[in-house]
Amino acid sequence: MTDTLLRPAARNASLRSRLGRLAEAATTPLLPADYLDLVAPLRSGTDLRARIVAVQPETKDAATIVLKPGVDWAGHVPGQYVRIGIDVDGVREWRAYSLTHGPRADGLISITVKAVPDGKVSNHLVHVARPGTLVHLEQATGDFVLDPSATKLLFVTAGSGVTPVIGMLRNLFPVTDSGVVDLPRSAHLDIVVVHIAPTEPDSIFLDNLRELATHGAITLVPRYDDQHGILDVNDLGTLVPDLAERTTYACGPGGLLDALTAYLTTPLFTEQFRAAWVEAGDGGTLTVGGITVDADGSTPLLDVAEAAGALMPSGCRMGVCFGCVLPLKEGAVRDLRNGTITTADPISSANGGVPIQTCISAAAGPCTLGEKAAR
Amino acid sequence: MTTIQKKSDNPIAHLSAEDIETLGRELDAIRQGVLDTRGADDAAYIRTVIKAQRGLEAGSRALLLFSIFPPAWLAGTTGLSIAKILENMEIGHNIMHGQWDWMRDPKIHSTTWEWDNASPSDQWKHGHNELHHTYTNVVGKDNDLGYGIMRVDEDQRWQPFYLAQPLWNFINACFFEYGIAAYDLELGKNLAIPKEKRSEDFKARLAQTGRKIRQQATKDYLIHPALSIPTGSFVPTLAANFTANVVRNLWTHSVIMCGHFPEGVETFEKASIEGETRGEWYLRQMLGSANISGGPLLHLMTGNLSFQIEHHLFPDLPSNRYAEIAPQVQALFDKYQLTYISAPLPKQVYSAWHKIVRLSLPNGFVEETKASNLPSQLVKLYKMTTGGKKVRRAIELNDQRKKREQTLAA
Repeated sequence: MTDTLLRPAARNASLRSRLGRLAEAATTPLLPADYLDLVAPLRSGTDLRARIVAVQPETKDAATIVLKPGVDWAGHVPGQYVRIGIDVDGVREWRAYSLTHGPRADGLISITVKAVPDGKVSNHLVHVARPGTLVHLEQATGDFVLDPSATKLLFVTAGSGVTPVIGMLRNLFPVTDSGVVDLPRSAHLDIVVVHIAPTEPDSIFLDNLRELATHGAITLVPRYDDQHGILDVNDLGTLVPDLAERTTYACGPGGLLDALTAYLTTPLFTEQFRAAWVEAGDGGTLTVGGITVDADGSTPLLDVAEAAGALMPSGCRMGVCFGCVLPLKEGAVRDLRNGTITTADPISSANGGVPIQTCISAAAGPCTLGEKAAR
Repeated sequence: MTTIQKKSDNPIAHLSAEDIETLGRELDAIRQGVLDTRGADDAAYIRTVIKAQRGLEAGSRALLLFSIFPPAWLAGTTGLSIAKILENMEIGHNIMHGQWDWMRDPKIHSTTWEWDNASPSDQWKHGHNELHHTYTNVVGKDNDLGYGIMRVDEDQRWQPFYLAQPLWNFINACFFEYGIAAYDLELGKNLAIPKEKRSEDFKARLAQTGRKIRQQATKDYLIHPALSIPTGSFVPTLAANFTANVVRNLWTHSVIMCGHFPEGVETFEKASIEGETRGEWYLRQMLGSANISGGPLLHLMTGNLSFQIEHHLFPDLPSNRYAEIAPQVQALFDKYQLTYISAPLPKQVYSAWHKIVRLSLPNGFVEETKASNLPSQLVKLYKMTTGGKKVRRAIELNDQRKKREQTLAA
């Protein structure tokens, strides 16, 4: 009898899967989704996508892109980032961007992008992308999120590294048309933001930071290279006298983060924007997806494979997001950030290979990559 | 026709090795010109075609749910035939060539695409991209030349079996998708091997093709007819789907025959391609292909294989760009005094069929036969057909001797 009692749900599921199979048999070799996606790309049960709702200029070379994510968007925590795939000149490019808001009431998400020189995707998003464009999306990810137990916080942001921090601050102090809203959950926080930018006009989100500072939500310490000179982290104690009591969140280029790691003895959370690469080594060849091509010692395997026409998973292209990881089945690769050599040994090869990030790995001899593991 | 190496008036005798390499570099430059300007417009093109094709297919199949009504049957069958042609040619064939891989869209990529055809995409890619495109028109290497069952060259010795080749060709045309699957499997060669000695690889591929055919047939001949039962349209829908498949098969077969079969297209000897340079490879593609002239609609419906010459030179360039580079390619033909073969579809189809009929008969038979000598020619053909190898050889030698005497006398 238990059987029959449990049946209705099971029967529904099996009916649905039977109907699904029937629909597949009616559309083979395509899937029903291939037809449905043409009319409802944001529906539940399909690949995660988003539609651009608005492109709001922030400075002359930065913009906030507001997106309506697909129904299956699982939400995010302030400080997390998202991988976005967008077609630039007809070519699908994936990049990771920090989410600029905490969860919003209207269900939209936003990223703020600064157009970097020669940045294919950033320039496209800031200057070319139009509302209505469909982009591809992965669920939010990242460990650069606030520790709820900390009350005295220091944010050190450099350049576009301000973006995830703005996401956290906006979540703590929502800014509306009538000003900053004080939330009970944020009342106990004591926040200092050291904001580093090349010049004052180049500062993205400066208006937001000032508004929060005027309201008393944060203490803003702006540092402009052209006015104050390049920041020496040893001066941080002078800029922030109670540095020893604070938990620090830093986001910016590798050099700054390395210096902070060496200098601070207090809890530090970092997020790297932009990788610094070491000298090139000897290259080799790359075999992936049935093709073998020459790969020099300074070009990431991801770029080598894409140039050869292979379909590669990719993400931030700077070693942060792990969206490009593939198993190394044979050979050795060199980490372009620090020169570390990773070798595929027989045991790990037999177990599917050593996972490597193709965007920051160059060939160190002949190497073979396997396929992306099924999720 | 005979392989280019045996011709007395070799059409490339006037080209030096240096000319051929210069020609290769000029073709490389044309290719680079397209690569440099490939972009958002091209991506929009293929997505538009795919969207239109899916809309047309879904709409036609919806109409066919009411196919008991003749207007619905007619419109649905026409639409489905066109949709299947677009899917196989402008979309499937070209995507599987990797023409759109540069977009890095996993849904429009040669490694992930599967098409509405009996041959599984990875087997087709091997048979077509690797064998046919590499060994274009090399007798004994290129399966597309007669698919192993036909006599496509004077140098292939005539046998009575070939008398039926116009019939084979017509049957192959009607069921072309199965013909393609068969030669992608190299079915003839493999079935000749005793069952227990056949390779595991062949068995696996045979099972894979069987699965694919079953899925395709289930869709067209079971699921969609069954969905039409509420309107009493099971049989009309089944007939409509069968018709659409045959129309698609006849059309694709005709287009493909026009690519390499018309008179004037050259064939090559196996030995000639050893150590072939890039320039020589280009030259073989130029001489081994023929175009179909016509308007944009014809080009779309042939999957731009109407630009067969451009396609064979640059198989991985987006098909929508062939029209643009065709004048540049033709200018190179003129510059190097080569013949750019291009003619309207009916003329090329006739030319290809004429060749198949001509080669179904012994060498010289069609040319020599006139109304006056028809009876004696028929007697000779009867003897050659019913007699053994020796009889045929004797008649052939006798013919050759007579021909020599005539030439000498002249």
